[in-house]
Amino acid sequence: MFVTAEPVVNIAHGVVAYVDRPVLRDVSLAVPAGEVVAILGANGSGKSTLVRAILGLVPLRGGSVRLFGAPLKRFREWRRIGYVPQRMGAGSGVPATVAEVVASGRLARRGILRPPGSVDRAAVSAALTAVGLADRAAEPVATLSGGQQQRTLIARALAGTPELLVLDEPTAGVDASSQTAFAEALRGFVGTGGTVLLVAHELGPLQPLINRAVVVHDGKIAHDGAAPAPVGHHAAPDHDHVHPHAPEDPPGVCLT
Amino acid sequence: MNLFQYDFMIRALIGALVIGLAAPSLGIYLVQRKMSLIGDGIGHVALTGVGVGLLLERSPVVTAVVVAAAGAVAIELLRERGRTSGDLALALLFYGGIAGGVMLVGLSSNRSNANLMAYLFGSLTTTSSTDLVVICVLGAVVLAAMLLLRPALFAICHDEEYARVSGLPVRALNILIAVAAAVTVTIAMRTVGLLLVSALMVVPVAAAQQVTRGFRSTMAAAMALGVLAAGLGVWLAGEIDTAVGATIVVLAIAGFLAVAVGAAAWRALRQRPFTRTAEVEPPDVILER
Repeated sequence: MFVTAEPVVNIAHGVVAYVDRPVLRDVSLAVPAGEVVAILGANGSGKSTLVRAILGLVPLRGGSVRLFGAPLKRFREWRRIGYVPQRMGAGSGVPATVAEVVASGRLARRGILRPPGSVDRAAVSAALTAVGLADRAAEPVATLSGGQQQRTLIARALAGTPELLVLDEPTAGVDASSQTAFAEALRGFVGTGGTVLLVAHELGPLQPLINRAVVVHDGKIAHDGAAPAPVGHHAAPDHDHVHPHAPEDPPGVCLT
Repeated sequence: MNLFQYDFMIRALIGALVIGLAAPSLGIYLVQRKMSLIGDGIGHVALTGVGVGLLLERSPVVTAVVVAAAGAVAIELLRERGRTSGDLALALLFYGGIAGGVMLVGLSSNRSNANLMAYLFGSLTTTSSTDLVVICVLGAVVLAAMLLLRPALFAICHDEEYARVSGLPVRALNILIAVAAAVTVTIAMRTVGLLLVSALMVVPVAAAQQVTRGFRSTMAAAMALGVLAAGLGVWLAGEIDTAVGATIVVLAIAGFLAVAVGAAAWRALRQRPFTRTAEVEPPDVILER
């Protein structure tokens, strides 16, 4: 894969505040192509806000974001990004099949005016196969379990054949079999040279895929370095604390 | 006696069929977004447009389209802000719209309760040939936009944040839905009436989704039900001499009840012997190693 000097994701001195409550204070993070980065932290640490700010879903009070080398405001190549939110929006009652939801993932690539063609249909069915839901394509999403709904959302992101996957706690509250299917789908994506930015409370079966872990604590990056070992604490001596202003008290997260 | 030998009945029928097709094609997006009542609100605002038209002695359809579209865009911008005061702002807009409309109609030289009632609840005899042309052209535009942009409109109504990250022009599409709702409300006011058109956007969708599995099939079924209710409604209103808008809506709701009861009965019949063998999903818990 062609490696550019520009990081895929680059947030510099990012500051986010809701009304007057600061959520992120001076966060900097660069993710080069091909890296699989886990963003870890306790509830309320600001880890979800960090990826939402990177995607432009929450406004920055300070600092800047660049995606694929372009400033966020001028970034137009959204087809290069696949986004997997925490959960499917609350159902309104209008049914939608699994295939219809996944087909939304093709819009960034196809544009809103062109009707779907055979390439789009092939991408949708390949994405459904990757998450193990090919046999559920025609079923209403509302009848699936929570874990299967999450797999539908990763299939939607994969259908657009992105270069960067951004996942916001995709496995929170998901059953074990779906977590394994999820990890398999992600492994396939990483195998093609894709870049991953993954927010997680716990890694579970995703652990072996991660090659860099960033811990957000109290709106700052408290740790940035090697992926945590399956057992132990991120404060272990072999961990590389590169942040110069790491707090004295260890962040209250447990990486199991 | 065949009522359809009269031109006004033919015009009313064509107008109603166009609305019956267009209203659910738009309404499905409103229902998906849990904004089923928005059409009703836009109807209130459109009445002010009717009042302006009557007062200026211009076509009330044209002024109603303009005022309703402005109101719909204002509602959409309030929704986008997501402020808690949005609810109150909507109430002000709705009541201001209907009160302003009633006052302006009263001030115009064309004042009469019958005139006001015709706009609020529809009438068989008020659709002129010019109106019919406007209804057909605007109805076709709404229908084409809702059908051709279905994947994009589905995406923004299903998951607006995802649509944003897909690079879709979310605000422009939201405003398109708002303006299309305003146009549909206004072209429907001649036959169905401003206070009842919203039902034709929502009720066929509510009925269709009792039996459908996907979004596209729901849209198709809702449009079929909308056309059926509109066509039968015009015929029945002519036969038994009732208000046409009310007759269409009563038929649509009867259709909803019939589909809902039928679907429930079908499910009960099908499921009874298989209750024990139904597929069990794994529990949604994280199993610690």
